[in-house]
Amino acid sequence: MVLGTVYAVLFYFAVAIFAVGLALRIRLYARTPAPLKIPTTPAPVTQAGVVVRMAKEVVFFESLFKANKWTWLFGWIFHAALLLVLLRHLRYFTEPVWFWVGWVQPFGIYAGFAMAAGLAGLWVRRFTVERVRYISSPSDHLMLLLLIGIAATGLMMKYVAHTDILSLKAFILGLLYFDWQPIPADPVLLVHLGLVLLLMIIFPFSKLLHAPGVFFSPGRNQVDNPREKRHFVPQTKVPGK
Amino acid sequence: MADFDTPEIAIPLEIPTLNRNAMDHSSPFPAAPAHQEALGFPGELVDDWQTKAIDKLGELLSKSRALQVYMDGCVKCGACTDKCHYFLGTGDPKNMPVARQDLLRKVYRRYFTLAGKYFPWLVGAEDLTKEVLDDWYTYFHQCSQCRRCSVYCPYGIDTAEISMAAREIMDHIGKGQKYCNEIIGKVHKIGNNLGLPEPALINTLEGLEEDIEEETGVVVRLPVNQKGADILLVTPSADFFAEPHVDGLIGYAKVFHQAGVSWTVSSYASEAANFAMFIGSYEQMQKIAERIRKAAEDLGVKRIIFGECGHAWRVAYNFMNTLAGPFDFLDQNYPVPQHICEFTNDLIEKGELTLDKARNDHMSLTFHDSCNVARGSRMGDSPGGQFTIPRAIIKACCNNFHDMAADTINENTFCCGGGGGLLTDDLLEIRTKGAAPRMQALKEVVDEHGVTHMAAICAICKSQFSKVMPKYGFDMNNIVSVHQLVSNAIVLDGQTTGDNAEVE
Repeated sequence: MVLGTVYAVLFYFAVAIFAVGLALRIRLYARTPAPLKIPTTPAPVTQAGVVVRMAKEVVFFESLFKANKWTWLFGWIFHAALLLVLLRHLRYFTEPVWFWVGWVQPFGIYAGFAMAAGLAGLWVRRFTVERVRYISSPSDHLMLLLLIGIAATGLMMKYVAHTDILSLKAFILGLLYFDWQPIPADPVLLVHLGLVLLLMIIFPFSKLLHAPGVFFSPGRNQVDNPREKRHFVPQTKVPGK
Repeated sequence: MADFDTPEIAIPLEIPTLNRNAMDHSSPFPAAPAHQEALGFPGELVDDWQTKAIDKLGELLSKSRALQVYMDGCVKCGACTDKCHYFLGTGDPKNMPVARQDLLRKVYRRYFTLAGKYFPWLVGAEDLTKEVLDDWYTYFHQCSQCRRCSVYCPYGIDTAEISMAAREIMDHIGKGQKYCNEIIGKVHKIGNNLGLPEPALINTLEGLEEDIEEETGVVVRLPVNQKGADILLVTPSADFFAEPHVDGLIGYAKVFHQAGVSWTVSSYASEAANFAMFIGSYEQMQKIAERIRKAAEDLGVKRIIFGECGHAWRVAYNFMNTLAGPFDFLDQNYPVPQHICEFTNDLIEKGELTLDKARNDHMSLTFHDSCNVARGSRMGDSPGGQFTIPRAIIKACCNNFHDMAADTINENTFCCGGGGGLLTDDLLEIRTKGAAPRMQALKEVVDEHGVTHMAAICAICKSQFSKVMPKYGFDMNNIVSVHQLVSNAIVLDGQTTGDNAEVE
């Protein structure tokens, strides 16, 4: 039960850092004025058009596709697989399990491998492409290592060393309903959960902020209509004008 | 300045291997104290420059969502690394857009992020040292703010915004660039980048009227400060004297003449360019934009039309309404402001111009999309009009037209190499090397399609190409204005002389 308590406390701590940190950052982005119209053109001339542009960017990584096919391939596979894996994991957090989460299960398993493969591809590029090697900091490598560690330990529990999934689910539901239960003392599981919590803690302080950031990028989210509708942000008014 | 070799043109374009510090010797002349102080900046590097610079960065972060999001959001994916013409032309890794951004980002991380404060080695954070400041001055003046990198960035991170912020910070600690700041001072004082006073302007335009009459037998007016005119033409001052710019200005005048509209140039706002954008200064940009508003009000015009100028059009199209608007005193039946290409194309579509394409038959054309028009503005009603409208004009005036390769035109266009405040002789090396990708694309259509001339709608592009094209084996007259082609082709009512097609 000691182990369970440690992980329970860590869980609440990580969730709090993640949620509050992210909310504060999003508030900062939302409140910081965008004084001028700077969409990268050609840009949509209506708000609906901007929604389409942003959707293509977020769902298909359209700009990255134009830029570099390998980076796009590895990056898109990783993100799409991560989404499936996250959806698959919902079954550990819901009782009864939502019906569509059941449908995701078989895809989620393959996605685990795809996620690891995408990450591996991205990491290989950090070493083999001279330009990308030049711009990489230790944190850029460690971030990939962290994600690969999460994927690898997850896959290990599926294919190498099964954990007691029923006890694990009891532990997680206990966290959600404040009815704490012991956690299975499997080293692979403990490492897997530990890495996920670490990821959540560093999320609001790292480049992972690209996830909320993309929605606030003026180059992508502004409507191209400066002649038709005057863009004016009061905070930027110059005194004396 | 050191001698340098013009890059060999490789077809297809090759991505260079990294050549560290290849361009670290290339810095522009610093602004003299007088140029700095005229704009309200310190004359020379202030004693506590490090604190002041960090404070200014903090202020800019709080005033610009773009800067804040772009500082945080980069994941170092590398998508932009082979997109900058200055990197492609030099191989200097600090000319990769992300590496250029990182010169500022590493300081941002050190002073404004938790990770950078406590684990600088982990996230590549660095103190703002004299070496870092020197790198800023060197490499933020090797960015022409053309936004090509931002097209390919999955988050739309725009290096132009970052280099503008860096230049704004440097201006505020007394480390400004001579070329931009001297020119902005001239606009405030005299009204244009060249420092051309009213009498000289009137004299120049009278000379052009005589030239047109001699050539065509038709009296075409180029009025200055004519109160009550319908249209105020705001055009880059290079149009008044430089080649091939002035041939474009003659083209505008002929189009206005044929359209039967009354128009005028203002000596007070005799400059379309707004170099304050290059130094990232909202205040300076606003002062220049307000000159145009004042001129329009004083002259009582109904419309404002901008001549061929790339970043001027970006400022006019995107920012002028914000900076000096609303322009509700102008005729709202027309776009405010309007581009000369929009005006001419409307007339062509309505069939109101007689154009003799054969007069341009001695040329085979291609079109260079100017970066600030392509990626920072629009023409017409729908996205991409900035690509189709100039081409429609060229095709209406010429029989021979071939586009360059698809990944070098439209929003993928390469900068001429001289934009963003770099069009100065002390930066000739980086200008020449930065032109290499465009020269490569041009050479392809020259070799394969017999293209002889490249048309452009930007004063900087035209000046830059006149200067660097000879280094790549082209003639300086191979760059032409779009409205020069119109000028050649247009048949004026009552025109007596037959062929006015000679360009050279």
